[in-house]
Amino acid sequence: MTDTDRVRHRDTKTAFYLFTQQKLPACKPVLTPAWVITIFLFTGFIFIPLGLVTLRASRSVIEIVERYDTECVPEPFRIDKVSYIQDDSIPKNCSLFLKVHKYMKAPIYIYYQLDNYYQNHRRYVKSRSDQQLLNGQKYQATSSCQPVEFNNARPIVPCGLIAWSLFNDTFTFIRERAELKVNRKNIAWKSDRDHKFGKNVYPSNFQNGTLIGGGKLNPRIPLSDQEDLIVWMRTSALPSFRKLYGRIEEDLDADDVVLVQLMNNYNTYSFGGKKKLVLSTSSWLGGKNDFFGLACVFVGSSSLILAIVFMLLHLKFQRPYGDKTCLPWNRKSLSG
Amino acid sequence: MTIVGICSFFVEGQGSTAEEGAGTCEVVEIAASTRRRKMGMVRWSKLYSFACLRTSTYEPSAAQELIGQPGFSRVVFCNEPHRHKRKPYKYPYNYISTTKYNVLTFLPRALFEQFRRVANFYFLLAAVLSLASLAPLSRASLIVPLVFVVGISMLKEAVEDWHRFLQDLNVNNRTVKAHASNGEFVDKLWKELRVGDVVKVNKDEYFPSDLLLLSSSYEDGVCYVETMNLDGETNLKIKRSLEDTLSLNEDEEFGRFKATVRCEDPNPNLYTFVGNLEFENESHPLSPAQLLLRDSKLRNTDYVYGVVIFSGHDTKAVRNSTRSPSKRSRVERKMDHIIYLLFSMLLLVSLVSSIGSSLLMKHDMDDWWYLQLPDDNKVPDLEGSDSKKEDLVKVLQAMLINKDIEMYDEAACKSVQARTSNLNEELGQVEMILSDKTGTLTCNQMEFRKCSIAGISYGGDTTEVDLAASKRMNADFEACQFSIGESDRISQSFEVSNFSAEKAVLGCPEVQDNANKGISRLSRTEEESVIKGFNFRDDRLMNKNWIHRSSLLEITMFFRVMALCHTGIPIEDDKIDKLRYEAESPEEVAFLIASQEFEFQFCRRTQSVMVLKEFDPSGKEVERYHFKVIFREYKLLNLLEFSSSRKRMSVIVSNEDGQIFLLCKGADSIIFDRLADNGRTYEQATTLHLSNYAEDGFRTLAFAYRIVEAAEYECWNTAFTKAKTTVGPEREELLEKASEMIEKDLILLGVAAVEDKLQKGVPECIDKLAQAGLKIWLLTGDKRETAINIGFACSLLRQDMKQFHLSLSREAESNNQVKAMKEEILHQIENSYKVMCEERNKEAPFALVIDGKAFEIALRGDVKDEFLQLAVNCASVICCRVSPKQKALITRLVKEYTGKTTLAIGDGANDVGMIQEADIGVGISGMEGMQAVMASDFSLPQFRFLERLLIVHGHWCYQRISKMVLYFVYKNVAFGLTLFYFELYTSFSGEVLYDDWYMTMFNVLLTSLPVIALGVLEQDVSSDVCLQFPALYQQGPRNVHFKWSRIIGWILNGVVSSLVIFLANIYILSPSAYRQNGYVADISSLGAITYTCIIWTVNCQIALITSHFTWIQHLSIWGSILLWYIFLVLYGALPPYLSGKAFHVFIEEIGPAPLYWMVTLLVVIVSLLPYFIHIVIQRSFNPMDDHIIQEMKYCFRKDDVTDNQTWIREQRNSQRSTRIGFSARVDAKIVIQRTVASKETINL
Repeated sequence: MTDTDRVRHRDTKTAFYLFTQQKLPACKPVLTPAWVITIFLFTGFIFIPLGLVTLRASRSVIEIVERYDTECVPEPFRIDKVSYIQDDSIPKNCSLFLKVHKYMKAPIYIYYQLDNYYQNHRRYVKSRSDQQLLNGQKYQATSSCQPVEFNNARPIVPCGLIAWSLFNDTFTFIRERAELKVNRKNIAWKSDRDHKFGKNVYPSNFQNGTLIGGGKLNPRIPLSDQEDLIVWMRTSALPSFRKLYGRIEEDLDADDVVLVQLMNNYNTYSFGGKKKLVLSTSSWLGGKNDFFGLACVFVGSSSLILAIVFMLLHLKFQRPYGDKTCLPWNRKSLSG
Repeated sequence: MTIVGICSFFVEGQGSTAEEGAGTCEVVEIAASTRRRKMGMVRWSKLYSFACLRTSTYEPSAAQELIGQPGFSRVVFCNEPHRHKRKPYKYPYNYISTTKYNVLTFLPRALFEQFRRVANFYFLLAAVLSLASLAPLSRASLIVPLVFVVGISMLKEAVEDWHRFLQDLNVNNRTVKAHASNGEFVDKLWKELRVGDVVKVNKDEYFPSDLLLLSSSYEDGVCYVETMNLDGETNLKIKRSLEDTLSLNEDEEFGRFKATVRCEDPNPNLYTFVGNLEFENESHPLSPAQLLLRDSKLRNTDYVYGVVIFSGHDTKAVRNSTRSPSKRSRVERKMDHIIYLLFSMLLLVSLVSSIGSSLLMKHDMDDWWYLQLPDDNKVPDLEGSDSKKEDLVKVLQAMLINKDIEMYDEAACKSVQARTSNLNEELGQVEMILSDKTGTLTCNQMEFRKCSIAGISYGGDTTEVDLAASKRMNADFEACQFSIGESDRISQSFEVSNFSAEKAVLGCPEVQDNANKGISRLSRTEEESVIKGFNFRDDRLMNKNWIHRSSLLEITMFFRVMALCHTGIPIEDDKIDKLRYEAESPEEVAFLIASQEFEFQFCRRTQSVMVLKEFDPSGKEVERYHFKVIFREYKLLNLLEFSSSRKRMSVIVSNEDGQIFLLCKGADSIIFDRLADNGRTYEQATTLHLSNYAEDGFRTLAFAYRIVEAAEYECWNTAFTKAKTTVGPEREELLEKASEMIEKDLILLGVAAVEDKLQKGVPECIDKLAQAGLKIWLLTGDKRETAINIGFACSLLRQDMKQFHLSLSREAESNNQVKAMKEEILHQIENSYKVMCEERNKEAPFALVIDGKAFEIALRGDVKDEFLQLAVNCASVICCRVSPKQKALITRLVKEYTGKTTLAIGDGANDVGMIQEADIGVGISGMEGMQAVMASDFSLPQFRFLERLLIVHGHWCYQRISKMVLYFVYKNVAFGLTLFYFELYTSFSGEVLYDDWYMTMFNVLLTSLPVIALGVLEQDVSSDVCLQFPALYQQGPRNVHFKWSRIIGWILNGVVSSLVIFLANIYILSPSAYRQNGYVADISSLGAITYTCIIWTVNCQIALITSHFTWIQHLSIWGSILLWYIFLVLYGALPPYLSGKAFHVFIEEIGPAPLYWMVTLLVVIVSLLPYFIHIVIQRSFNPMDDHIIQEMKYCFRKDDVTDNQTWIREQRNSQRSTRIGFSARVDAKIVIQRTVASKETINL
């Protein structure tokens, strides 16, 4: 920098000059006790109401959870459930009675829940081909789908482990002998239907021959309309997960009994996974989960307590602000 | 290596100064009077009678035999450079390069340098693993950050090297007159010079390469050379051409000049040279006296002719320079350990993962039919996320340091340069400063300051310390008054203190000036004398007023001694009246200038006559204050030279009346011993003045004279002449004895005090540094007296200090028995230590003064530890007469023994070793010569900038870097562990919760800007406050910000944050729906939500760390968070096969969910809560220094004056703990004066 530059900079006090001289205007917040207490109080006053509101929302959700994997295996087969489920000759239908405790307002969401099912396993997650799902057989490079890439030397559409292991239990809901109206459309994200699964892509060579895993797909329906598949293909993050099955579009009254007729096709027995059926209403917050509300209330109340504790401490052991005795040189002289 | 050479030379050099007295005029007689020469020109060689002139007897016969042997095979065809274009005589051009890399080697070497760093290597490892197909992350996401980080570091290296290149370019493009043909000399670039070129170097020019001296502007072929760049010695050295080439002293002579030099091969020994010159069919042996070394400078000689013998990288100076070792700061070294720690954590995590994975594989996974044949073994993920944004930050920091206008030297138009940016934070941890003297603390310029003539002191009575002390006491008194509340008694000084107090609290830039008002007296910068070398103000003597003084005789004699007793000569100047002078030592110049100012102008010197233009007070008064000026000739009869053993110098002159005077000047003790009984009239008063002058750090010389009877003189002269003509070892002794005979019965005139002028602001700077708790050692090649003077001037020493002197007695030195010497030193050390233990309780500080010889012994194996222990316990240490090698050695020993961070500062090539050895090397770039700067890590134009560099920038940088590194650790732990927790939920399969590009962006974009802002702009307190409370600096040496406990604390904080983030997310978002329309969270939405929490948490965490928010910090912190959302939207808008998990995730899935936003809020608050509670507790109950000062500064701003008083008082309190420095001295003085005062009151 030349001399004249410097002079000019000095004169103008530009932002750049201030920056290079590290003299930009700055605010330097200092944590005074007043600030601390205010912050704690503020946190408390935010979180306690928030927690209460969300708890209320969560409590307003009615949820019926019914585990059916064991019950739906007939008594004689319970010793060897695996062979039962793998035996195609045995009919898999099963009935459940669900008792409604409280009035449930439509829409009532139907979920199936699987536990101890590692949809998030790396090998599993990777085993799909987004390009193929969108473009069908036109897209050839499906090596990521291995080991479910080809069958009988022909490509599988949709390929990969995820599609192959499609969940295939089915549920019908009957109340007082009338079948409840279940809407199974729009259970998948719209973007998936529109952008990830091709409208002109039809399943082919799927679940043929020896390579039979989970559910089958209707080869005449394009993938973009196979919403069960689309939901299933959204792999879950945790080994215990729910997936949307459909919506009951009728209200259920308290003490109603719903008969669920289900086909118990899906094999969770070989790895000890649980299967559950969940009926749940929803609030603005989503499903029933008290954790968030409780956590908020906890955090809010503990910051209130902290605020009080600090206030007391501050009153008792008040350190004068900018206390000189704490400065190192003064401390030194005290200790001699 | 070179050190040996330097050492051996040094011993010689010492010898030579000791023998100065012996060097007499005979040598010069060679100069034949037949040669044409300007009339009136004095023989310089006669005046500059240096001892190294014992030349003609030098016969390097044994060495001559070697020529032509291996190692001595160089052949130079003088004046025929074209013959050196072909082998075997092909030598390099005179082009030098100090760059580390060139275009070709840059890539491999810089890469190698990069991956030598643990962090980068670790990164590389991760990237290599990513290339293996097993890794969970995409290759790009691991390699991109690596390339980014390494790229930045390499860019930094490249820029630094580019600067070196430019510097080289500058040197290479200097021009010199070189012989073209037919005696014509043309300008030639340095880099184009070849071996064999004949060059003409003019006065005050540097030699472009190693030259063989052919002839000079002096007819006897001598020239004077300043070798400050090579060995730091400021006195001139004489070089002498061979007699046979003397005739070559005109341009035309070189048309047909041809000769051949056969000499040794290039080597780094500065002080040896073997070769011979074949000229006119005769062979002449060459010696080092004919070799002019590159980087030295021609002085006092109009021009010389020389032949290039060694060029470019063959020159001895270049061979001597070592590549500066790459230094790493303490924080950085500690960071390696942290990386090891993190790495082992990672290994542990990986181990757990793999064991878990394999166990699961064995037992359960066979049953997981949906995975089909899960038999491939998975390597768990490596969280490659430790980034080195540090480098970028450090470069920016260095830029800001360079740009600091407070450290800009207006005079030299130079600013501070951080030459390596690796060591910024080390600046904040320095505990010991090793400083060179000449050129660093002092300007190597003498000023006439005070004098005491006939028992009256002129030029100001009180010392600076007294002044400051009385001022301070006054201020204390006022402050005291105020606190009592007697505010009605308003005095003027009260107003002054009040005013400065206000300013101090407002924190405006003028604070510095006002707060230091007491000290600023000390700096004579404002009252810079107009006349160089003369800084004397006393109306009693100036403007010819001395003629009205009563002791006129003494005063005239005093001035006459000053004007006659020297070896200088005048040089015509442009100005009409005033002359400039050149003399052997700067002191003499100062005296000559002073005498000129007092109208005793020394105007001419011939071999035997000295002419003074005197002002004659006895003459008639022509007009008021216009007296007659007369020229007086004094016949110079004898000159008894100065030598370090004699410590005095005399001239014997006779005036026009034939009266013979002996005029003598010398060290006070020596002169006082030789006074006649009737010459002691003023001894007592003078002694008092002497001690005053000494306390101010002035160098004093006593002046005396005697009138010699003609008969006595004749008698003595015969004896003296006899002694002079004696040849043999006893000659010196005889001369000394002869001198003693006449230098007796002197009459004391007075003393003169010259100041070895300190550089601007040096005492204040040392004062501040001392208050900051730094120890300052002075390492100088000068003699002890000078060093002690400077010690006083810089307030490193003071009168009430207990001084320990370690030196060897004369006998031991002459016997040269190592064992005896060792015992002697050991004895001295033990004695000193005993004294120290006894007086430990008293407040008096200790000082250690040690000289080079004693030093050499003290640094030997068994004495070393005891010496260092003693030295470390002393408040100040002054080492005099140390060689460059010893400087380097002591630096290393101190560094190793104490384990403290050392900073070495120097300006000359003799400091290079020390600069390279110390943790931080600082070069002064104000003076000429670049060696020290080239070797240094930081270069300053002046010493005083060290204060700001350390106390402000060092403090800041240390804080910034340690905060930053800790934050890095935190950030990566907090982020990385969430990945690990997720592993636990994926049966250790290695699946990652986040999209690859989220992870890549994490360190590259989403969290890096606030870190950079923190690292570059964070300030705990402003620069003014740093300077007002130098004690704050102690945070660095005590390493409060980077203790292991802190590091562990931050890691734990990271663990807590990661736990909160992960657990809260999975418990809140799973398994039930998180949106009103019943959708559940899958891996992509959960990943995006968790990641949002992380981004918020780490960015808010840095907002908690930051204590200084400018708009840049705000922009970077909140901008980073915003950037994440923007990134998420943009990335999600890409087609699904590109955007992966992020496809439409924000717009469609998580964005509309209220829970998403609320989770973010909750998680951020909860994960920051532990840290927040920690800082609240720390601030409230165990505050750190900077906290309190922040509070004082920012909470009391609006309050009234009482607090301003406290501000000032605290400022003063903070200074009390030091023992050296000006303030401490003033304090000590106050204590003494108070005790005296109290005693007086008791007596009353």
